[in-house]
Amino acid sequence: MKEEIIIAGFGGQGVLSMGKILAYAALVEGKEVTWMPSYGPEQRGGTANVTVIVSDERISSPILSAYDTAVILNQPSLDKFESCVKPGGTLIYDGYGISTPPSRKDIRVYRIDAMDAAAEMKAGKVFNMIVLGGLIKVRPLVEVEDVVHALRKSLPPRHHDLIPQNEAALRKGMEIIAPAG
Amino acid sequence: MAEKEVVLMKGNEAVAHAAIRCGCDGYFGYPITPQSEVLETLALEKPWETTGMVVVQAESELASINMVYGGGAAGKRCMTSSSSPGVALMQEGIAYMAGAEIPGLIVNVQRGGPGLGSIQPSQSDYFQATRGGGNGDYNVIVLAPASVQEMADFVDLAFELSFKYRNPAMILSDGVIGQMMEKLVLPPFKPRRTEEQIQEECPWATMGRKKERRPNILTSLELDCGKMEQKNLHLQAKYEEIREKEVRFENVLCEDAEYLIVAFGSAARIGLKVIEMCRAEGIKVGLLRPVTLWPFPAGEIARLGRRVKGILSFEINAGQMVEDIRLATDGQVPVAHYGRMGGVVPAPDEVVRALKEKLIQS
Repeated sequence: MKEEIIIAGFGGQGVLSMGKILAYAALVEGKEVTWMPSYGPEQRGGTANVTVIVSDERISSPILSAYDTAVILNQPSLDKFESCVKPGGTLIYDGYGISTPPSRKDIRVYRIDAMDAAAEMKAGKVFNMIVLGGLIKVRPLVEVEDVVHALRKSLPPRHHDLIPQNEAALRKGMEIIAPAG
Repeated sequence: MAEKEVVLMKGNEAVAHAAIRCGCDGYFGYPITPQSEVLETLALEKPWETTGMVVVQAESELASINMVYGGGAAGKRCMTSSSSPGVALMQEGIAYMAGAEIPGLIVNVQRGGPGLGSIQPSQSDYFQATRGGGNGDYNVIVLAPASVQEMADFVDLAFELSFKYRNPAMILSDGVIGQMMEKLVLPPFKPRRTEEQIQEECPWATMGRKKERRPNILTSLELDCGKMEQKNLHLQAKYEEIREKEVRFENVLCEDAEYLIVAFGSAARIGLKVIEMCRAEGIKVGLLRPVTLWPFPAGEIARLGRRVKGILSFEINAGQMVEDIRLATDGQVPVAHYGRMGGVVPAPDEVVRALKEKLIQS
């Protein structure tokens, strides 16, 4: 098993931390993981993206131009990464603010309205966990229990009271993700 | 045996944890992207409260390297870390350490250059690391990690080599390895050496003269040119011994290879994907990864060079290590270079195209 994933959106959407929680959950399951962020001035208010690779074997390049799965959270990222999904791969996008939806027919496209769901839950900060729930529903890379375990390990204890809300967000995402179109 | 401590960590954080765990006595550094997490992690971990390791945010890179010189002269395991332009500032101190035979560790998490350059990853300090950078005929032991695990493991290894040969050692990393997070098995704890142990292991150290011995003098200065030449001959003999004993490399699918990629550090990680992609197309490509950049695995490259149709030196720079490959193969095999500069890191498919263009179609 090897999955090369790009997660891309605006800085502040929790792109990097979503990738980190996913990587942590894979680590909990004993897999090899690499988390490679875009870093630099473009993160401040601009686009942010992170490559996460989960594998049973030694991981090669952290720098990629083609991905098995793309998780896209804004239009600029969709414009940049839609063409980078390998044929037969998966693209997940949040519909909020998307004016030109993905058009490729040789990949599986899923839509998740996580921004709306987070607003409904009155919990904007769990937006990224809703998206992560959707991701692990359609790409069962890790168990939801291991994501919760990863949250417990990576969040400082003073934030552990937020774990039930995050778990609810994960399950919400698993529920609302649907094939696009 | 205690259970392994497995964590998810950035390369830079791994360096800090490894330093604390390998009995490092002092870290002296000045912040610069993309390596600031080294000092930040040490500040969070507060090792001065546990192992007694000293951590100082110095006023500059010059101060940092000279604090490393001072601590090393007393037989202490001292280190600094910086990124390219900061390491450029340290070159004088490194040359003095080489001249006075003072051990110490310098970690360079490279970014694009020249000058202040960019903050993105690069490997354009290969010459700076392997050709000196400071003045005089000297060499620094240079280790090139290609994973977060090696970022941690090479800290202790670099100190061991540095003290074994009384020579500064460098970990030459870059923004990819420093900033990415991977699974890391934390190295086991090793206590800092006691004063008695240092006295025993480093009889040359200037740690206060006892009545029974003559004063130890550590200096790179010798105004008598005959004596200075003797000192140089001694250094050269030492470098020869290091070349004989300490070459390290990794050889991936080289034995049946028709073409060879030579790449180190983050470029070697990209190279692993390149050989996988090439082999999927039926092109037999192998990867030779120098782990020590100095001493350079010239013998192994010469051996493989006799068996392959061509060598691609893939480096994230304008072509530096390619010179060492050409020296090693001495015109026996075509040697090409591919790289990007200024902080641009090529994706594997770009390197596959370059390999075909430069070696196969030509």
